[in-house]
Amino acid sequence: MKLTLKIWRQNGPEEKGEMVDYQVSDISEDMSFLEMIDVLNEGIIDGSIDDKGNYGPVAFDHDCREGICGMCSMYINGEAHGPGRGVTTCQLHMREFNDGETIYIEPWRSKAFPIVKDLVTDRSSFDRIMQAGGYVSVNTSGNTQDGNAIPIPKENADWAFDAATCIGCGACVASCKNSSAMLFVSAKVTQLSLLPQGDVERNRRVKNMVKQMDEEGFGNCTNTGACEVECPKGISLKNIARMNQEYLKASFTTE
Amino acid sequence: MSGFLNRSLVKKYWMAATGLFLCLFLVGHVSGNLQLLIPGYEGKLQFNEYAVFMTTNPAVKVLSYVTYFSILFHVIDGILLTRANKKARPQGYVYNKPQRNSIWSSRNMGILGTIILVFIVFHMQDFWYEYKFGEIPYMVSEQGHPITKSGEVVVDGVINSESAKVMKNGEVAGLAMKDLHEEVMEAFQVPWIVIVYVISMIAIAFHLWHGFSSAFQSIGINHDKYTPIIKKAGYAFAVVIPLLFAIIPVIIYLK
Ligand code: HEM
Ligand code: SF4
Ligand code: FES
Repeated sequence: MKLTLKIWRQNGPEEKGEMVDYQVSDISEDMSFLEMIDVLNEGIIDGSIDDKGNYGPVAFDHDCREGICGMCSMYINGEAHGPGRGVTTCQLHMREFNDGETIYIEPWRSKAFPIVKDLVTDRSSFDRIMQAGGYVSVNTSGNTQDGNAIPIPKENADWAFDAATCIGCGACVASCKNSSAMLFVSAKVTQLSLLPQGDVERNRRVKNMVKQMDEEGFGNCTNTGACEVECPKGISLKNIARMNQEYLKASFTTE
Repeated sequence: MSGFLNRSLVKKYWMAATGLFLCLFLVGHVSGNLQLLIPGYEGKLQFNEYAVFMTTNPAVKVLSYVTYFSILFHVIDGILLTRANKKARPQGYVYNKPQRNSIWSSRNMGILGTIILVFIVFHMQDFWYEYKFGEIPYMVSEQGHPITKSGEVVVDGVINSESAKVMKNGEVAGLAMKDLHEEVMEAFQVPWIVIVYVISMIAIAFHLWHGFSSAFQSIGINHDKYTPIIKKAGYAFAVVIPLLFAIIPVIIYLK
């Protein structure tokens, strides 16, 4: 396959960026999208691909390359992680595209995800939300109860498990017209508060995590549902409704 | 009760609560308006008596203040949310395909709301202000006698144009009933007014196409069984109510 790539290039957080065109050829349909970028970067390094503006290889985040770490953030042809459904960029294959196609590649756009370089964004705002309440306090006295010995309703276990599949990739924020982090935060809130260990701190948790979410500069949810469609893990909007309800209840407690 | 007004979620509770109240208001309003389609003197009298009732009944007064409050709060809150959402993404995408993951009206609630707001201002000054403070014809019986607000036909009475009272033999028989019906009939002979009404009702239809079910999600209701029903009810509401509003000026114009 031959492709024209239009990629956002930006040297540093404070630099001005621009879209730059690249021509790549000899792309196999069986390559993943990241492998295609690897081919581009090799070409830029060995000089066989014209690097207009002398930006050097394209910087992008990646780690596991098997859809579980959530690092590979790319806004491809107007959608987070590209046209595929239920996949991250590393799992997106070039057969989703046509020979000769022009592909736009941009970083996540959100005030709370500042650009580090090219396609790399700083998503530590998610970490700070987790630090604000996305945990279960345990003591390590050695008397900790065996989790498997506590009965849990099947529906709760299923729902908590589904919510726990969120990989913190930020596609929800990137897709949302308001850059809202509600899908991510609600998945984390749900995962923890539906299980007995997390239930104890549920009021405090939801209040603190929502507070941190607002302070990081994410937008407000308008219920467009874009996040649910673009989420690689199929996290449901039901989690957001659950969190809305949980926050409402928590607002009336003194804790 | 920490942060009971400034949190993103709380703003959405208010948006949903006021929005749903306004939906109820629309039902009441359209049932009143439909009386305009009752033909002849009967219809005219019934509508004008209804207008008196709506401006004098104490319970209606209370409801109307709740309505004013809801509109005001909904508008201010909507502006705050929309502004914050714009700020959450200072730089947008070069290439974006939001139509792949969300419906148009869900992404344009602010614009639709603004059209509705302009319409409300126009509509209030067109009928509400005119009825209360403007020059409006008075209602007369089929034989041409004036009628008081309590519905009494004063045979051979005269209306004092300064005090708006019906006088007979130098005595006050009561306040004269205004003929809002006539005012409406005249307004809807003007093509551009009819067009403004129809377009505004289309804006309300789109606003509610997303808004109705969205409000339930905002207050935390998302249920496997009931949410599909709420969605369908929302679509029906969004079509039927604005349609009923819109056919009134069209029918009057065509008559
Ligand atoms: C007949 C009048 C109106 C009705 C029945 C109505 C109804 C609604 C409903 C039910 C919602 C959904 C709330 C939610 O998602 O939780 C909504 C949202 C919204 N309305 Fe209205 N509305 C009306 C007028 C207006 C006006 C005049 C504005 C002017 C600014 C406006 C601006 C908005 C905005 C911006 C939203 C989206 C808020 C968000 O989700 O962030 N609306 N409306
Ligand atoms: S909710 Fe989905 S899109 Fe959002 S961070 Fe988690 S996995 Fe990614
Ligand atoms: S690189 Fe880990 S999810 Fe794509």
